[in-house]
Amino acid sequence: MTGKFDVNVLFNHWDRFLEGFIHTVESSIIALIGSFILGTIIAVMRISPYKPLNWIGTVYVEFIRNIPVLLVTFFFFLGLPSLGIPIGGFTAGTLGLMVYTASFIAECVRAGIQSVPFGQTEAARATGLTYMQTMLHVVLPQSIKIVLPSIGNQFINLVKNSSILAVVAGLDLMYYADLINADTFLPLTVYTFVALFYLVLTIPLSIGVHYMERRFSSTDR
Amino acid sequence: MNKRSRLGAFLVLLVVCLVFAGCGSKKESAEKGGTLEAIKARGKVIAGVKYDTKLFGLKDPATGKVEGFDIDIAKALAKKILGDENKVELKEVTSKTRIPLLQNGDIDLIVATMTVTEERKQQVDFSDIYFKAGQSLLVKKGSPIQGLQDLKGVKVLTVKGSTSAKNIREKAPDANVLEFENYQDAFTALKAGQGEVLTTDNAILLGMQQQDPNYVLVGGNFTDEPYGIAIKKGDAEFVKEVNDLLKEMKSSGEYDKLYEQWMGVKPE
Repeated sequence: MTGKFDVNVLFNHWDRFLEGFIHTVESSIIALIGSFILGTIIAVMRISPYKPLNWIGTVYVEFIRNIPVLLVTFFFFLGLPSLGIPIGGFTAGTLGLMVYTASFIAECVRAGIQSVPFGQTEAARATGLTYMQTMLHVVLPQSIKIVLPSIGNQFINLVKNSSILAVVAGLDLMYYADLINADTFLPLTVYTFVALFYLVLTIPLSIGVHYMERRFSSTDR
Repeated sequence: MNKRSRLGAFLVLLVVCLVFAGCGSKKESAEKGGTLEAIKARGKVIAGVKYDTKLFGLKDPATGKVEGFDIDIAKALAKKILGDENKVELKEVTSKTRIPLLQNGDIDLIVATMTVTEERKQQVDFSDIYFKAGQSLLVKKGSPIQGLQDLKGVKVLTVKGSTSAKNIREKAPDANVLEFENYQDAFTALKAGQGEVLTTDNAILLGMQQQDPNYVLVGGNFTDEPYGIAIKKGDAEFVKEVNDLLKEMKSSGEYDKLYEQWMGVKPE
């Protein structure tokens, strides 16, 4: 019975599949933008010549990158409300996802920044630009091009990791899949459709990564 | 069919025959007279109990002892029939195995959080109700929520795919039901303030209430799944014996004492 494949499950439970899918997309987009900005800030801090900033950046990356995303999410889901900050499962899951992914993006961006020849920084500083101006106008624009493919890979991971929302009742695709499975007892069908929903999001990202890889490798230098 | 597979088939047949022969002989011995005579002749009560259920029948991994409300009722029965509460042998049963074990005569009775249902009454006889089980609500002490009527727009936590989730959606359609992986996760979320109410069987909620007395059950049961003691079908004599025991325990106050000892609250 559990091995039976029944296409009607998709139509009978379309509302819940769709609601879950929309929440997954929302959470992914918010976390994607947030982690990109946060990750870039952390990367700049990490290679900053100012020791305290450098130290904060390094601690952030080494701490967050080396613990499970579930744990980061539980911190927001269980920790913040007990400190008097009421956030629900969706927000907690999205924050967890963002903070976690930012640590990986920070490492990608740092590698990108460091691949821009140091002479560029020296030249920019010599013209009178501050460290921040040098980063914003000279180094980052060049390095982003280099690191876009690897950041794209992190975004693919982010979309897949968004399934942790299911554990904190974040109403995402995986959460509703668990409920539909409990109602229908057709796990093979339910989770196959869930896989397809995730592929709808991740395959375009994957194609984008390939495109960027080809484009930047042919036009650069 | 080649020789090897034929031999295999023969062996399987042989094993099946032996197993059935074993079952048959057991059945015979148990059917001689009623369960009550069998217990008296044997000098002990064999009770099928749960080993994994908090408050009712739980094996303590440190001491290896099985303890709980169900166990104490089995002991009381041994005391009534044989005059010694220690003359009881506990056998672990699960919801799946308990009826076959009773029908085989491996156990004299089932005291294992068993809900009385019409379907089960076709297979076994039940004693009077000894625990009013049903779905209830757990809230933080002092919460304004006192029952199903207060759940409009309230976050109610329960477990994914459980009957409790279905029941609460039916009984309180305006509640915002959030489902978690298991009861411990749901209770942790309740404690973290991710919801105002946790709903499931009162037996599980009573266990949580003992774990953290800041949380209390409210509103009574809104489903009816009472526990009874199951006895082999047709053994009216033994059913009466068990019912007499429950009556005696209730009038002597022993039932209330045991209930309070295990559930942490007085019976309703």
